[in-house]
Amino acid sequence: MVGAAVQRQRAGRFVAMREGYGFLLPWFAGFFGLTLGPALFSLYLSFTKYDLVSDPRWIGMANYVRIATADAKFSQAMHVTFTYVFLAVPLKLAFALSIAMILNKGLRGLPIYRALFYLPSLLGGSVAIAILWREVFSADGLFNQVLAVFGIKGIGWVTTPETALYTLVLLTIWQFGSSMIIFLAGLRQIPQDMYEAASIDGASPRRQFFKITLPLLTPVIFFNAIVQTIDAFKAFTPSFIISEGTGGPVNSTLFYTLYLFQEAFAYFRMGYASALAWVLVMIIGSFTAVSFFMSRYWVHYDE
Amino acid sequence: MASLTLNKIVKRFGSLQVISDVDLSVEKGEFVVFVGPSGCGKSTLLRMIAGLEAISGGELRIGSEVMNDVAPAQRGIAMVFQSYALYPHMSVRKNMAFALETAGLPKPEVEARVNKAAAILQIQNLLDRKPKQLSGGQRQRVAIGRAIVRDPQIFLFDEPLSNLDAELRVQMRVEIAKLHRELGATMIYVTHDQVEAMTMADKIVVLRLGKVEQIGAPLDLYNNPANQFVAGFIGSPKMNFLDATLLSSDETGSVVSLAGQSLRIPRGLAAVHEGRVQLGIRPEHAMLSSGDIALGQMEIVLVEHLGGNTLLYGKLSDGQTLTVQVEDQARLGMGDTVQIFANAARCHLFTGDGRAFAAV
Ligand SMILES: Nc1ncnc2c1ncn2[C@@H]1O[C@H](COP(=O)(O)OP(=O)(O)O)[C@@H](O)[C@H]1O
Ligand SMILES: [Mg+2]
Repeated sequence: MVGAAVQRQRAGRFVAMREGYGFLLPWFAGFFGLTLGPALFSLYLSFTKYDLVSDPRWIGMANYVRIATADAKFSQAMHVTFTYVFLAVPLKLAFALSIAMILNKGLRGLPIYRALFYLPSLLGGSVAIAILWREVFSADGLFNQVLAVFGIKGIGWVTTPETALYTLVLLTIWQFGSSMIIFLAGLRQIPQDMYEAASIDGASPRRQFFKITLPLLTPVIFFNAIVQTIDAFKAFTPSFIISEGTGGPVNSTLFYTLYLFQEAFAYFRMGYASALAWVLVMIIGSFTAVSFFMSRYWVHYDE
Repeated sequence: MASLTLNKIVKRFGSLQVISDVDLSVEKGEFVVFVGPSGCGKSTLLRMIAGLEAISGGELRIGSEVMNDVAPAQRGIAMVFQSYALYPHMSVRKNMAFALETAGLPKPEVEARVNKAAAILQIQNLLDRKPKQLSGGQRQRVAIGRAIVRDPQIFLFDEPLSNLDAELRVQMRVEIAKLHRELGATMIYVTHDQVEAMTMADKIVVLRLGKVEQIGAPLDLYNNPANQFVAGFIGSPKMNFLDATLLSSDETGSVVSLAGQSLRIPRGLAAVHEGRVQLGIRPEHAMLSSGDIALGQMEIVLVEHLGGNTLLYGKLSDGQTLTVQVEDQARLGMGDTVQIFANAARCHLFTGDGRAFAAV
């Protein structure tokens, strides 16, 4: 009798589990069919020579060896990407934090400002905004028209190799909204009595910022930095649109992802492009790992 | 010279006035307690003294200097917050050193002062811990230590013990009182707990709705409350208030009628007064025998045995409720009736609007 009851219970549990997995099926299908499958396949491709027409041919480490030793364009793309990441991310975070601090002062109409400042983040990654950006910073664009008012004659910012990348950095900073919202939430978390205690202790607003606000905000800074850095490594649309797919002028905006795209879809070197993709995965992976390791030395967690 | 003087201090939040015309003078070395129900403005008043809230009106002096617009750090005060407000990312040592380092004191002196304060509070072994690694009582000590190192003229405490459990609360109460004796500093202490006020204060300031109801030594407030609010607030269990009719009153005393008996109470009013009054008797002053006035018969509704004494809740013959505290363990139960007596000198009288009759 007891055995029968246990069996019935088991059967019931089995049905419940089957239903549960049934509901999970769409997600599993998506994950294995569209994410893990292609990823593993690209890992395989990265050890082959493959032009989409003939079958992939196994060439071992040859793609990786070439990336590491004999690809000047790869070096250029790395240079451009790292310059971009290490300029755009800190500047964007600093800007986002500054605006968040101002909004946190208790402005009237805060929700409106918040929405306004967030807007570019929604639009910024889009093709339309990149096109707009190209126009604004072109030789006879809006930016130079404003400069002209002050009697300054501007150059074609996106067509000059020395400045093209910086217009992209600027475009990225302009999308500070999502970081700002997270900073704002982080600032709200800091209890007001911390600042009251600090002001009784004689700390100036500047000292309060460096000794109270920044340390207590480190978890949020860390989160934002990781998210934004990974995002920046993967940035593609702006350089693709602004340079019209060339990475020009003179490869000055040749983002890593753009180079990868060219190898894959302009030259149809799928095997080589796959190897490039896996190198980027390793770069981002090791960057993240190092960041988490370092975080224990500077991030303050309350728990 | 007074250590702190408040002169007609007012606080408004927008159109809402939360502190009205508070006058107070605190002597050097005095332990003053602000007490009152939650929301009466105790914290606001303390925060105005600290400089954390702007003063809307009146004058605040510390020593002889007007301090209305002086920055908190320049007022010579230190504050212990209810939440402790310890800096969570700094060690105990850093927390205590923060003000001194901010002031730019040389390292050896900072260290010496931190160590000295730590020794006073017996937290030397905690100096390298972070606040989150401390118990509530230990955090409380660190918060006090952070105040001590600054060697302030005036210590401000905002309900510092309300987050501790009952046992620790009693222990810290004793320690703060001891600290006050040792440091000889002026202390202003906010609490809603009248027991803390009674046990710690040299001087109690009773606040209600942003106004001072009475200022005085603990036993003065207990023996001669200025009004019905103070009478009800100070003392535990709460004073009984019985509706009575005033038959006559002059400078030698008053006669009231309660539950059919005439009682002579040695308290009087300057002005002639007639009609409804409140007779106030503390539970510990109502007796089952041998008082000089009799309140008649009481039917017991509930008995609480506290071991050392017993609380009797009952009804007088006219239906008014009364609480009586008797020494020791009374062998009484629900439904029993007892005779209630009191000493007239320990009874209080209040007018319909709550003013106390003066003792004669
Ligand atoms: N920043 C503020 N803005 C508006 N009203 C406030 C503010 N701070 C306190 N109050 C009001 O002032 C009154 C007194 O508050 P508080 O001093 O905190 O009381 P207590 O400490 O005695 O409990 C309360 O009614 C409270 O709502
Ligand atoms: Mg309060």
